[in-house]
Amino acid sequence: MLDQPVIKLVLLVSVVVVTAMLTRSTAGVRHQAVRRLLLVGFVVLAALAILFPRLMTQVAQLLGVGRGADLLLYGLTVVFLGYVAASYRRMRQLEQQVTTLARELALRAAVHDSTEHDPPGAHDS
Amino acid sequence: MVSVGDNAVMTLTPAQEDTWLVIPLFDEAQVVEEVLREARAYFPHVVCVDDASRDDSAARARAAGAVVVRHPFNLGQGAALQTGMRFVLEATDAAYLVTFDADGQHQPVDAAAMVQRARDEDLAIVFGSRFLDDRTRPGWLKKLVLKVAVWLTNQQTGMRLTDAHNGLRVIRRDAATRLDLRQNRMAHATEIVLQLGRTRLPWAEHPVHVLYTDYSRTKGQSLMNSVNILVDSILK
Repeated sequence: MLDQPVIKLVLLVSVVVVTAMLTRSTAGVRHQAVRRLLLVGFVVLAALAILFPRLMTQVAQLLGVGRGADLLLYGLTVVFLGYVAASYRRMRQLEQQVTTLARELALRAAVHDSTEHDPPGAHDS
Repeated sequence: MVSVGDNAVMTLTPAQEDTWLVIPLFDEAQVVEEVLREARAYFPHVVCVDDASRDDSAARARAAGAVVVRHPFNLGQGAALQTGMRFVLEATDAAYLVTFDADGQHQPVDAAAMVQRARDEDLAIVFGSRFLDDRTRPGWLKKLVLKVAVWLTNQQTGMRLTDAHNGLRVIRRDAATRLDLRQNRMAHATEIVLQLGRTRLPWAEHPVHVLYTDYSRTKGQSLMNSVNILVDSILK
């Protein structure tokens, strides 16, 4: 439970952050900026890991993890969770837009029908 | 296609001219005519929101005298309710709307009593509750799930209700204008309580009889779906 405390803390905090992303609504522009900065950071880290493979192991040992490969796996797990959270949010947004669109269409058709074929009743107002 | 009470059955209760029933409709061809016939004896104005049924529910509802609004594809009951409420607000000048289930488990006489109560006590919202008296007899497992749902809804909304996920509600026009349901599927039942609670308009609960027929049991919410409802109502 208490061995390798550093990496456990880092990973747990990331999981909490991802969960918060799922349940809190975030401001659009800032959210996008953060996402892009994270992407840039990811690219830089990937390049560094390719150029200096030993760096991974050194960072891993600094965090209390044995091998660089293990650190990579942990990192990927958290990033994947984040990806799931982000795409869930995006899905919800799209679903909302599609719903609004479908609703407008349905209402237009219904109001159109009732005014065309049936003068009294539908428009009491 | 709207008819105004022309073939409404004679009853002792006067027909509710300023009230519209909002009925989400999905694959209910078997019972919808019967349900509408009974409901229109009290409420001549009915809008059915057909959520892209795969049977001829929409045609049957139209034949039974309801206005039918058709979703181009299936969106879920919450979305259908919101569409129905939008229709009532935009195409009619109804003072009250009543959300009502298409599967025949609600009693029109309960709905009429709820509208009457809203008028008498100047209430903006009347929630139907099947747990205020002992007419409704759900199985013990269903009862347990419903009780947990009530508790969770109360936790999430800060309201004190005795029933959640009961589809029978009376909503006055001013309260309906403030509703914007975004939960397309079944979690709208919690959302609607939350949003109505935030309006701070006067509300009450009214005892209703939910009739569990064999038909409504086969159509009803499976217990597994309550897991989906729970997750939907937590995740935004």
